[in-house]
Amino acid sequence: MNDFIAARSQMALSLGFHIVFSCIGMVMPFFMAVSHFIWLRTGNVMYKNVTRAWSKGVAIFFATGAVSGTVLSFELGLLWPEFMKHAGPIFGMPFSLEGTAFFIEAIALGFYLYGWDRFNKWFHWGTGVLVGVSGLVSGILVVAANAWMNSPAGFDYINGQYLNIHPIQAMFNDAWFSQALHMCIAAFAATGFAVAGVHALMILRGSHVQFHGKAFRIAAVFACVAALLQPLSGDISAKDVGRRQPAKLAAMEAHFKTEKRAPLIIGGIPDEKNKTVHFAIEIPGMLSFMAHDDFNAEVTGLDQIKPEDHPPVAVTHYAFQVMVGLGMLMLAISLLYFIAVWKKKQWLQKQWLLKLFVLATPAGFLAVEAGWTVTEVGRQPWIINGIMRTADAVTPMPGIVYSFYLFTAVYLSLAVIVTFMLYRQIRMVGKLYDLPAMPVPSSH
Amino acid sequence: MLYVVIIFLWTSILLYLLLGGADFGAGIIELFTSRDNQDRTRRTMYRAIGPIWEANHMWLIIAIVILFVGFPEIYTTMSIYLHIPLVIMLLGIVARGTAFSFRNYDAVVDDMQVIYNRIFMYASCVTPFFLGIIAGSAVAGRIDTHATNFLDAYVFSWLHWFSVAIGFFTVAICGFLASVYLIGETDNETDRQRFISKARTTNILAVIAGALVFVAAQVEHIPLMDWIFGNPVGITAIVLASLSLVLLWYLLFHGKTKILRVLAGFQVTMILLTTTYRHYPKIVLLKGGGYLSLLEHAGNEHTMAALGWALLLGSVFILPAVFYLIYSFQKKKASVAH
Ligand code: HDD
Ligand code: HEM
Ligand code: HEM
Repeated sequence: MNDFIAARSQMALSLGFHIVFSCIGMVMPFFMAVSHFIWLRTGNVMYKNVTRAWSKGVAIFFATGAVSGTVLSFELGLLWPEFMKHAGPIFGMPFSLEGTAFFIEAIALGFYLYGWDRFNKWFHWGTGVLVGVSGLVSGILVVAANAWMNSPAGFDYINGQYLNIHPIQAMFNDAWFSQALHMCIAAFAATGFAVAGVHALMILRGSHVQFHGKAFRIAAVFACVAALLQPLSGDISAKDVGRRQPAKLAAMEAHFKTEKRAPLIIGGIPDEKNKTVHFAIEIPGMLSFMAHDDFNAEVTGLDQIKPEDHPPVAVTHYAFQVMVGLGMLMLAISLLYFIAVWKKKQWLQKQWLLKLFVLATPAGFLAVEAGWTVTEVGRQPWIINGIMRTADAVTPMPGIVYSFYLFTAVYLSLAVIVTFMLYRQIRMVGKLYDLPAMPVPSSH
Repeated sequence: MLYVVIIFLWTSILLYLLLGGADFGAGIIELFTSRDNQDRTRRTMYRAIGPIWEANHMWLIIAIVILFVGFPEIYTTMSIYLHIPLVIMLLGIVARGTAFSFRNYDAVVDDMQVIYNRIFMYASCVTPFFLGIIAGSAVAGRIDTHATNFLDAYVFSWLHWFSVAIGFFTVAICGFLASVYLIGETDNETDRQRFISKARTTNILAVIAGALVFVAAQVEHIPLMDWIFGNPVGITAIVLASLSLVLLWYLLFHGKTKILRVLAGFQVTMILLTTTYRHYPKIVLLKGGGYLSLLEHAGNEHTMAALGWALLLGSVFILPAVFYLIYSFQKKKASVAH
């Protein structure tokens, strides 16, 4: 592995790790707020127990998200100094605003986690909501920064110089809306299915069904609404990519030849040498429709793009298939769930429905990782689309390979510990939370 | 707006040193507490910093964001040549932050706690030590942008007596800040006495480490004396800091917690002021007389304006909220105590 590949891998690893925790940090506060609200309204202590059990988990996830985010803000410079030297002043606006959002999030979390029975109960509830809102805002802002890398704006690039910089225009680049929308919905879908799946498993095992049933309902409703919206937002994203990054769209669809009435390719093994896709299902005209709203429109293929500007086709294509496939799976489960809720109440008692949710536990997060692979690998070889190449941005320091191994070890151990703690948390539910009249736990 | 941004940068560094420093210090104190008392120290500390530790560490992020948005050359030069200490510091931050929340939120209390505690305590020492090294390296003039071999470029840029001495100094200061802070956080008289004696020890250690910094500067031919005593602001600040030291010792025997905290904060502020004032606006000194300056290496006008407004806007939201957070947990504690 050379240093350049090591740097890319380390960046991908760190971001792929962080995104899991940031999704949870953005979304769990809303689940907690709902459960907390029901408790405050109905006085049903079970909901208070659900809220408190979740909040312990969130504290663990939040801290891990915060430290991995801190690492990222240094890594941008440690690994990509040449990029940050030029990009920092241009795409820095969302980061500067994000600082405020993080701060508010951290403060509100302090109030929320340590404020049980100390403050007015609605003030306390409100701080929980604020954690979620500021998390969501910071997610949107950081995605706007990433969107700028896909769709650079707010400066003129003249003779290798970055002139006439307008940070606000850079923030509101062409891609920010579609990406931020898609990301927010994805966070709800991913976290929702993960949480619902864990509680579904516990219900199937017959342990503390009351408790897990309530938790499951809240998570499942969020997850299923998000999963219904996700393909719609994905369609907006695809059109957007078609407009601003035809090379990425072509790689996503392994679309080698420019053609009218381009087919949508499902599955298949792209063969980059012979410029074809083996064993794929083709839906004629569908890609033209997806990209341009017209079954007969022409879709740019890789043949129109200089070979040195081609993204890795296979990885991008597979990642896209995985994301869309999982999206369809989650969509199907959501439809079944809503039919169950509205028309076929008896399904809710059935094991198969819960089993489906257990099956889908990792689906959302896998789709998130796949989606980011599409976005980031599909942008290659550019770090700033069309302006700066990734290879030109990397740090001159040799030996990044070792740093990559080190970070891999760290993130692996953290992942193991967090999973282990989560497991212990769930096992302790009976002891800590399932007593119907649990005394208010003191905060020492 | 450039000056607004610079003030914010300096203030965030100061606040990180004070608040984050006290926070690291708590872990350092825990490490140097006898086994029997560790548990009690831990509980006091959890109550004292639990709600605010996340917020305390945000100052580092604010400082970094200001650097990479407003002063990208400074950020990237440091990232390239101080890569190794930065990575170690980051690992420290990761280990410490996660260990802290793991030990507080693990549903089962068992042997794992011992591991979390160890990690927490050692990382609490390593992180400020390397922060000190990084700060020392920025001004030591050893960063060589023309170096041709690995050691000169990426190791000797930060590995020298001066930065190591500053590393120790930083650790001592953190311990000192934490002990002074914790004095006011306990209602138990023996614990109070323990923290007071810790404050004395760490204060002495800080003075010794400070002296070592001067020695190391001499050894490494860094004109530290001139930086501090060569200008009226430096002299005034150092004199004030020393005077307040006398007052501090007097108060330590009489245990006035509120004033003690203010004094400790004041001393650290004065130290940061003297060490930065003389350089300003040169924040990174390079080998061979080159430098990176806050004024000459700032981003363009639009960026600075946007950054300045973002920071001003942010502080309208953040500052009241931070104060309210600290205030309400202080007040609640007081009302529980009485
Ligand atoms: C739960 C997760 C999830 C699901 C079910 C989907 N996506 Fe997605 N997708 C993401 C999670 C995601 C993501 C991880 O959030 C990405 C990465 C960058 C971004 O903005 O969102 C993404 C990126 C992304 C992009 C690239 C955007 C860009 O580069 O700017 C496209 C074109 C789509 N998605 C399209 C779809 C379609 C047509 C889906 C149909 C079902 C779909 N996504 C489901
Ligand atoms: C958290 C979700 C994200 C994930 C999972 C992710 C994933 C990845 C991956 C897989 C790569 C490697 C691509 C390759 O080298 O082939 C990468 C590169 C990179 N990403 Fe992202 N990314 C995310 C968000 C972001 C954001 C928000 C930013 C910046 C604002 C960003 C900045 C970068 C940079 C600078 C690189 C290195 C340059 C490059 O390879 O193009 N990423 N990311
Ligand atoms: C799509 C990508 C990203 C999303 C959606 C995202 C979102 C979030 C969220 C919601 C948090 C709050 C903490 C938590 O809930 O655990 C967080 C933390 C953080 N993120 Fe990210 N982030 C992304 C990528 C990045 C990148 C590229 C950087 C660095 C440049 C970054 C820097 C940080 C920092 C410094 C924190 C810690 C803030 C704190 O202490 O609360 N994030 N992120």
